[in-house]
Amino acid sequence: MTYIKSRSFFLSLILLSASFAHAKEEEKKQSLQEEITEYIYHHVQDSHDFSLFSTKDKKTGEKIYYGFPLPVILVDEGIKFFMSSKLDHGKKVVESSGKFYKLYHGKIYETNQEGKISYDEEGEVTNLKPLDLSITKSVFSILLVSMLMFMLFTSLAKSYKENNQIAKGVGRFFEPIVILIRDEIAIPSIGENNYKKYMSFLLTLFFFIWFLNLLGLSPLGVNVTGNIAVTFGLALITFLITNLTANKTYWKHIFWMPGVPVWLKPLLAPIELLGVFIKPFSLMIRLYANILAGHIVLYSLIGLIFIFKNLVGSSLSLVLVFFISIIEVLVALLQAYIFTLLSALYFGFAVQEDDH
Amino acid sequence: MEKLISEFSSGLFFWQTLIFVTLIFLLRKFAWKPILDTINEREKSIRDSLDSAKEAKKEMESLQAENKKILQEARAESDAMINQAKQSGKELVEKAKSDARSEAENILAQARTSIENEKRSAMNEIKNQVADLSIDIASKVLEQELDDDKSHQEYIDKLLKEKKFDQ
Repeated sequence: MTYIKSRSFFLSLILLSASFAHAKEEEKKQSLQEEITEYIYHHVQDSHDFSLFSTKDKKTGEKIYYGFPLPVILVDEGIKFFMSSKLDHGKKVVESSGKFYKLYHGKIYETNQEGKISYDEEGEVTNLKPLDLSITKSVFSILLVSMLMFMLFTSLAKSYKENNQIAKGVGRFFEPIVILIRDEIAIPSIGENNYKKYMSFLLTLFFFIWFLNLLGLSPLGVNVTGNIAVTFGLALITFLITNLTANKTYWKHIFWMPGVPVWLKPLLAPIELLGVFIKPFSLMIRLYANILAGHIVLYSLIGLIFIFKNLVGSSLSLVLVFFISIIEVLVALLQAYIFTLLSALYFGFAVQEDDH
Repeated sequence: MEKLISEFSSGLFFWQTLIFVTLIFLLRKFAWKPILDTINEREKSIRDSLDSAKEAKKEMESLQAENKKILQEARAESDAMINQAKQSGKELVEKAKSDARSEAENILAQARTSIENEKRSAMNEIKNQVADLSIDIASKVLEQELDDDKSHQEYIDKLLKEKKFDQ
């Protein structure tokens, strides 16, 4: 929902800026807008190499990327491994043990030696796609955040031992958050008796989402939690934990709802069953849409600075970017909190005792 | 929706899920368990310390109350003892007084009887002496006159016989 809203917001901003444009510069601006749109689209997608920024070659007009390559791993009759620099942002065809691969719109396709991409009538690519298990920019960021979390929280655990049960250093900041998740999310949602077995997941989940959200706001320009594959993975684990740890009461509430007339019970069952899937689905979409929307809005506003190209408009956009950035910092925390809280609530439903 | 599905990157999903699940297990072992255990332990020790402080306070209060009670009891006891002592002292004095009074009365009565006896014996003595003296004097007087008059001697004898001292 937020995603759609932000899209339309973005479009209206573009239209607004377009109406300001003089007739002469119309064409030039159009191309700038296209470039910005393309840039944003590019940014919110995952990529096979970690490019920090890019410039345009003045003579040839070709883009030059600055960054570092990441390993590409393809499963296609055995495992193919090469560095993403070989793909050269889709300009080159890579040969790996007798097969040829080409990067096309962010995806790796199997091609012939010339790198021919063929299409069907609807304009869809018909080339074969190998299973792509590359360490992409997002995977790299996830690894980075995971290592950071591991170091951070093992050091907190260690500092307790060294400092007589009192946190030291950066742990001083994170310890109250750990306690907050236990006291404000886990215990009220799940209950005093059952909360302990979910704590590891809830704590990991919260910090994982939060840190990745914040990393997404950094100038590194990664968009991990705004990627549906990532949020799908997180929601899937919540779904699995909910249904694998659920007790009899939970299933009884789904298939044979107590406390309603008998004729209503079979009618409620499919609705409740649907709810089992909708709950984690909403988790997935909420996080994905919020983060993606935030990124698109931010990038659009930054793009506006270049579209306006005058003191008033650009500085206004800059102020707007500043405020939206602050809001996004808040959203980063809020979305992590909401995802964790709702997961805890679903676990709470799964283990609640029959008290009717 | 179609776009979402077509853009879904199974590679990213694979890595994300793998890394995330590994991270959960690693952190559970090396971070969350020790951290939560420590926090729980610390909270428990704080709660226990507060409880024991409360207990100690209560104990002290009860001790103070007991002390007060003991003090009051002691005071009451000493008061009672003093009162008793006063009472018995008074009784003693009272008894001594009454004893002394009765003794004095006895002594007085004895004295009275012995005085009476003395008086009586003294009277007898006096009577005898007076009689002797009177006889002496009278005989001296009569000796001169009765030398010649024999009848006078007779008369006196007769008188003496008549006038016998009683007692």
